[in-house]
Amino acid sequence: MRPRGTGEWLAYGLLYLSIVLVTLPVAAIFFILVSRGYSAVNWEFLSSAPRMGMRAGGIFPAIMGTLLLVLGTIAIALPLGIMAAIYLSEYSSRGRLNRLIHLAIVNLAGVPSVVYGLFGLGAFVLFLKIGVSLLAGCLTLALMILPVIITASEEALQAVPQSFREASLALGATRWKTIWNVVLPSALPGILTGAILGVSRAAGETAPILFTAAAFFLPRLPRSIFDQVMALPYHLYIITTQVPNIPQKVQYGTALVLVALVLLINASAIVLRSYIRWRRSW
Amino acid sequence: MMPRSGKRRQFKGRHKLTERWFEWIIERIIQASGLLTIVFIMLIFAFLLKNSLPLFKIYPLKAFLIGRDWYPISAPARFGLVPLLAGSLMVTLGSVIIAVPLGVAAAIYLAEVARPSIREAIKPVVEMLAAIPSVVLGFIGLLVLAPYIKNLLDLPTGLTAMTGSIMLAFMALPTIISISEDAVSSVPRDYREASLALGATRWQTISRIMIPVALSGITAAVMLGIGRVIGETMTVLMVTGNAALIPHSITQPVRTMTATIAAEMGETVQYSEHYYALFSIGAMLFVLTFAVNFTAEIVLHRFRGIRR
Repeated sequence: MRPRGTGEWLAYGLLYLSIVLVTLPVAAIFFILVSRGYSAVNWEFLSSAPRMGMRAGGIFPAIMGTLLLVLGTIAIALPLGIMAAIYLSEYSSRGRLNRLIHLAIVNLAGVPSVVYGLFGLGAFVLFLKIGVSLLAGCLTLALMILPVIITASEEALQAVPQSFREASLALGATRWKTIWNVVLPSALPGILTGAILGVSRAAGETAPILFTAAAFFLPRLPRSIFDQVMALPYHLYIITTQVPNIPQKVQYGTALVLVALVLLINASAIVLRSYIRWRRSW
Repeated sequence: MMPRSGKRRQFKGRHKLTERWFEWIIERIIQASGLLTIVFIMLIFAFLLKNSLPLFKIYPLKAFLIGRDWYPISAPARFGLVPLLAGSLMVTLGSVIIAVPLGVAAAIYLAEVARPSIREAIKPVVEMLAAIPSVVLGFIGLLVLAPYIKNLLDLPTGLTAMTGSIMLAFMALPTIISISEDAVSSVPRDYREASLALGATRWQTISRIMIPVALSGITAAVMLGIGRVIGETMTVLMVTGNAALIPHSITQPVRTMTATIAAEMGETVQYSEHYYALFSIGAMLFVLTFAVNFTAEIVLHRFRGIRR
């Protein structure tokens, strides 16, 4: 149906304009990052440590640091998140407690990232005396991505048809055996999609690791989980605001690598999601 | 959810005793982990309080809440929240003015006007925007937007509240767009069809039926967007200039609560007055975002209830 009258044309014009104003800057951001950053990115940049006060060399320790942080984070958050989701989807009744837990999840997701950083500092670094370390950073980030993982896992578990459960129970399996052998395997791809999205969030965050894990400059890999690490987002912050005279090429290169890493992680989640839709037989 | 038949108990005899014990233990572990989120949110608040209350033994609470100066390292130190709160509110207000009309209009376009092929092309762009790390948005704001604003408005510096508002609008947009779009497309089909059948144009249907029905969902989307903006740290730390003064105009540098914590915590002595003061700001932020998110969730829950 076509718009009628000038007023309607104007209204539609504004709607079109809004979508242009949303998408154009996104395209511009990517264009700027790629066009100014790609010449800095080469094998040496990706595989060597920073030199000359971070003005030359590469960003290898920062990339590895981020990967280690993400790995530790998911190792902590995934089991906890899946168990909480199993409780919400399979064990709890739809009562007041369930509602309370959902409220807690929403609010946990809304806690500012810098407040997670404060909590990590107060609880893990100082109270539990872990110190500024890989472990403290992973614990803090795990807490932060927990809501993402619980929400995605719960959705995946609830998408498993009821008849699967009933068939397993009817064959004499116990409740847990039904969950372990039937429900979880069917929900696994969906759970993994959520986990990957959590990972991508953890990889890009700076504020939670600011006082719990990140090292200003550490041109080697951490020796243990109680060692500090460099991290890609924190490194970008450092070389753009804290250290003078860093060549713009290095700054744009670092930003490009960070964005590429995060988008790569996201893209794998999207691929996994469409694979599930394509394969799903129910 | 597992089928909950009242007769479940009578089948239990079929399973071995060890099996039943195992089952019982697993059930307790799962239950405990279900409650973890509630425990965590209480733990976070408890730790924030534990690390901020000592401040008020040596520094009056009133002076913290209504003090107009933030001089944490002068002697005597002054921890007045007002300039930081004003900075946070100004940046948030600015980004709301930009992001709300833009986001809601984009959501209406995606839900009601766009052809499916266009919708499928634009949604990933919004998702990509959501995926960009805040430090990268800060980086772009610092190197691209700030010099542009400085020249355009002929300012002494491009690092202003306005620069922060523009960059933060991008952080809020994905939240506002995706939740508003959900709200608009969840309005039952019959409403739209009834309106069109009565001879209303498509725009009349959108503006008089779809938007009013989806309004509480859109409100919740806006609130969640605001919650995200108030708590955003790295972007504002990099682009707002970080002057802890009460701003008089949007073209002045400001400093937000989040940026203050991020910038100063690294240089404080643990368990000093300043350390406690930064945790007090954190506790304020927690309460603020909790209130916003809690209300948004209640509104959204009601909206979903009505829809069914």
